[in-house]
Amino acid sequence: MDAILSFFMTFLPRAVAQSVPLLCGATGEILTEKSGNLNLGIPGIMYVGAISGVIGAFFYENSGLQFIPAVAIIIPIVCSLLGSFLMGLLYCFLTVTLRANQNVTGLALTTFGIGVGNFFGGSLITLVESDVPSIVLSNTSACFKMRLINSANPGWFEALFLNYTFMTYAAIAIAIICGFILKRTKVGLHLRAVGENPATADAAGINVTRYKYLSTCIGSMIAGLGGMYYVLDYMNGIWSNDGFGDRGWLAIALVIFTIWRPGASVWASILFGGLYILHIFIPTGTDMAIKEIYKMLPYLVTIIVLVVVSLRKKKENQPPASLGLAYFREER
Amino acid sequence: MNNEPVAAKKKRSFTIRNPFMLTKRTEGMAGYKSWGIRLIALLLAIVVCGLITLLITGLNPFDVYSTMFRGNFGTARKTWVVLKDMAILLCVSLAVTPAFKMRFWNIGGEGQILVGALATSACMILLGDKLPAALLIPIMFIAALAAGAIWGIIPAFFKAYWRTNETLFTLMMNYVALQLVSFFIIVWEVPKGAGQIGIINQSSMAGWLPWVGGQQYLLNVIIVAVLTALVYVYLKYTKHGYEISVVGESERTAKYIGIKVPKVLIRTMALSGALCALAGFLKVAGTDHTLTTTITEGYGFTAVMVSWMANFNPIAMIFTTFIIVFLDKGAGEIASIFRLNQSFSEILTGIILFFIIGCEFFIRYKISLRHSETKEA
Repeated sequence: MDAILSFFMTFLPRAVAQSVPLLCGATGEILTEKSGNLNLGIPGIMYVGAISGVIGAFFYENSGLQFIPAVAIIIPIVCSLLGSFLMGLLYCFLTVTLRANQNVTGLALTTFGIGVGNFFGGSLITLVESDVPSIVLSNTSACFKMRLINSANPGWFEALFLNYTFMTYAAIAIAIICGFILKRTKVGLHLRAVGENPATADAAGINVTRYKYLSTCIGSMIAGLGGMYYVLDYMNGIWSNDGFGDRGWLAIALVIFTIWRPGASVWASILFGGLYILHIFIPTGTDMAIKEIYKMLPYLVTIIVLVVVSLRKKKENQPPASLGLAYFREER
Repeated sequence: MNNEPVAAKKKRSFTIRNPFMLTKRTEGMAGYKSWGIRLIALLLAIVVCGLITLLITGLNPFDVYSTMFRGNFGTARKTWVVLKDMAILLCVSLAVTPAFKMRFWNIGGEGQILVGALATSACMILLGDKLPAALLIPIMFIAALAAGAIWGIIPAFFKAYWRTNETLFTLMMNYVALQLVSFFIIVWEVPKGAGQIGIINQSSMAGWLPWVGGQQYLLNVIIVAVLTALVYVYLKYTKHGYEISVVGESERTAKYIGIKVPKVLIRTMALSGALCALAGFLKVAGTDHTLTTTITEGYGFTAVMVSWMANFNPIAMIFTTFIIVFLDKGAGEIASIFRLNQSFSEILTGIILFFIIGCEFFIRYKISLRHSETKEA
């Protein structure tokens, strides 16, 4: 019993820490997809959110101003939100206003976003001719890592539920609020109507363009925060190129896995976070290769969910009906 | 799928704030005009790229372009590398095109390339010292194409019979393939613990494609050139190509005129997957002679955009492939001169794509100024 508990006390917090970027990405993408926009640019947007936060923090830490923790937290968050907002705006402009193909736009946005992230991450120091050897934002990161409890030897309850950074709770709160808005409010109903059938929504007097723009931009901003969390919190403020990896795509997988429900993505992201690091905990001895097979699990599980959902054809479990299609009023 | 609500059909008048009126061009635009618009967008994009490079590096625009040119054609070796990369990217772009014409969004190119590369490497490693080249290379070729076809058929099958979302399915298949490759890299790693395979059959060169005309990359270029012509003919002049266009236009029409839609879907995706895998085969057997998880270089995704930019026309794809590769090499040259990160090319590629994506709007829609009175929607 003790062995199981102690396993959970080491495993669960790591899974939760791992889950935050996925949760942010998934919440953002659910919001976006509910409006009928399939934003495959999320991985790129998360990179931009991350690097924007890093740039903000970098300039603040090296500005020579007095270091105030509250400011050190607010600046990266604002920068990150701004960066990912601009990306979301670009996506909306191309797909909603110019009615471009969503898949192509999304992939272009991902190429661009990952490029921006890696380029500025790798060249920021050269560009501003700074004398620091690499981007290490340990002061800012320390602010992000402040916790509720500070005991060196926490009990099981504290370890499992209270021992997280504030971004973790924020991400969960955002997901739950988004779930509530989508399911229980008029705005949510309108948004879902836009995603299911924009022509009907339009006829009912809902401003389709405004809903698409708003949900996509807000979704991008939430996703961008996930990228920032990864660098400034999870990675202790150390930027490494391509370090964020394929988490953006995993977030999109999570959207399908939860069947477009942000509330469910809270536990599902922890599950995915757990699956992502499970290979570290499974004793495989010297067989390193099998770990790679374990890493396949989140994707396999997602494929199975995708197939099962389409097999069962339950109405409430389907993707938004107009997902991926541009809306043009005059076209019937 | 079916968006024909009764309520929306009701005409209603409303006050107009937007001074522009959009109408969809039903008869399509003249070919030279639409290509003209794309060309203008491309030129604008190149100017913007130049400006951004100017901002970041301080190079004057003329030097930017000449440096880019040197990065591509500065030496004979560089030119061959450009041709090599163009061949692979064009191959993948051609591969995804039949599926796209059918409105099947295959963004699983990455995975299909990877399984092709994996099958090729498997044959080279396991059969390399057992079979003569004349037998080994055809076996590698068939194994790669079969693996890619299977990777394409799986999502197509579910799409055909249960309408499973193919974009998300093919996307997930990429990572399954990636982990499969990671697994086998560790199984076959040389030496143990290195985490990489290294050059396969370095001494025997078993399974390596032969050099043609004393050039290592020429064979790949020839193969892809032939493939371009074949895909063009396949899409334009064969019954299969016709069926693909009809299914892409409207599945209902296809059903009505007696086309078996599931069959077309599965057959086309098998072809698409197999051709992606061909790129993996060419890469492993023709140029790289090793297997890595980054062997695709993101071409599975880039190809989506290359194919789309060319309006699914295989001949135009030669040009769009060139643009992407040119930018990549050119920006790489600038980045290395200024000790900047190589991802600079991705930023420039992104900008060009945004312009070209945006300009399609002006090809598909006609914009005119509204008259003052209210209009009926």
